[in-house]
Amino acid sequence: MGIFQMTKTVLRNIAGGPATRQYPAVPARTSPLTRGHVVFDPSTCRSCNICSRKCPCEAIRIDKEEKIWEIDRMRCIACGDCVESCPFGSVTMEQDYFPPVMEHAVERYTITYVKPEKPAKKPVEEDTGA
Amino acid sequence: MSERIIVPFGPQHPVLPEPIHIDLVLEDETVVEAIPSIGYIHRGLEQLVQKREYTEYVYVAERICGICSFIHALCYSQGIEHIMEVEVPDRARYLRTIWSECSRLHSHLLWLGLFADSMGFENLFMRSWQLRESVLDVFEDTTGGRIIQGTCKIGGVRRDIEQEKLDEMHRTLDPFEEKCRDLGDVFLNDETVKYRLQGLGVISKDEAYALGAAGPTARASGVAMDHRETGYAAYGDLGFKPVVETAGDCYARCAVRVKEVYASIDLIRKAIEGMPDGAIDVKVKGTPNGEFFSRAEQPRGEVVHYLKANGTKHLARARIRTPTLANIPPLVKMLPGAQLADVPVVVLSIDPCISCTER
Repeated sequence: MGIFQMTKTVLRNIAGGPATRQYPAVPARTSPLTRGHVVFDPSTCRSCNICSRKCPCEAIRIDKEEKIWEIDRMRCIACGDCVESCPFGSVTMEQDYFPPVMEHAVERYTITYVKPEKPAKKPVEEDTGA
Repeated sequence: MSERIIVPFGPQHPVLPEPIHIDLVLEDETVVEAIPSIGYIHRGLEQLVQKREYTEYVYVAERICGICSFIHALCYSQGIEHIMEVEVPDRARYLRTIWSECSRLHSHLLWLGLFADSMGFENLFMRSWQLRESVLDVFEDTTGGRIIQGTCKIGGVRRDIEQEKLDEMHRTLDPFEEKCRDLGDVFLNDETVKYRLQGLGVISKDEAYALGAAGPTARASGVAMDHRETGYAAYGDLGFKPVVETAGDCYARCAVRVKEVYASIDLIRKAIEGMPDGAIDVKVKGTPNGEFFSRAEQPRGEVVHYLKANGTKHLARARIRTPTLANIPPLVKMLPGAQLADVPVVVLSIDPCISCTER
């Protein structure tokens, strides 16, 4: 009796299909919350630097003068702190994992689309100052 | 008297995914002495506490171990919350309990699989891991991460579980428990498993207590020590009783873990049923100042985070005692008398987690 404990499971194994899926032909299971990789939108970033300060692994670097937003994908742990703290929604999380890379490279974005907004703000400040 | 030889076990060994080295002194095939040595994967995570802000260190604490990740974060957060006198909302306490018990489920199912593999029962290994996969799916659906959840934070949790998801989890618990009981039945009642495990690596209650065994290793010897009894998080409301066995052999350690799987399912069910409404976090202001020994029950035993803060945003010192470190002295006591072929089974029976041990 004792040696047949597994029989029920074995029979179910034979009847049931495989437990694994044929990845990558069949895509991996994800959920809407899956933290895959961070996506940056340079058109809305206002260089407030919160994401860089919040990042627990110092993966994000912002250069306000040069208008540069950098992310080191190999440092990023996809914790989502930058996504939650960004007040402008410039940093978002995608579900798919970042593909493997051969070389350690820092991904660099130029924050260009901010420029039209800033000159619009400055005259307002000058007006109030005057 | 036969000649003594020394056989090295590890740091690279098929049954151990992580590096621990044990020098086995053998007489013929019988172990007479075991000399462990650790120190292969020290990562300096305790030192990092001085370089990361106390709120950011939760993520580091979570990465100490890949299995008990959530409970490390929980233990650290509870310590800081105690120092800062932050009251965590009820819903956050319950959510933390659910995720802790899910961690325990997936850790124990992983261990049961590895244990079955160590004694050559590969089919059972795959069945265990298949069940574990459904726990990981729940983790991914509720937290966004399968292994590293990243939901615990100081002052509460970062994510809520919607009521529909809680209901769905509650519905799936019964079929899941049935599958776990089928699996546990093989571990507890199969003659081949019993023949391999009973009377192997015995450690008595007094020895386990004196050597400071923790978690299932201690409970399998009859030492009814489980930190969940103190009622941290929401355990106080759920009526928890520790699972205790008395034989102190590998079979008893296996039985404790199988029964803890059932107990965890029961705790998750009670936590979902008693889930209160309300906020999931409170805003934490200021910096911690003081020190505290924070304790929590991991799947492998009791973890202790000693945290010392000095009023700045960086802690002054963190010291983490993990259950595997406490379980190595009992392991050294268990090994003498075992056959060389049984050593992998005895070593795995304490559920060694070397990443935890060396941090």
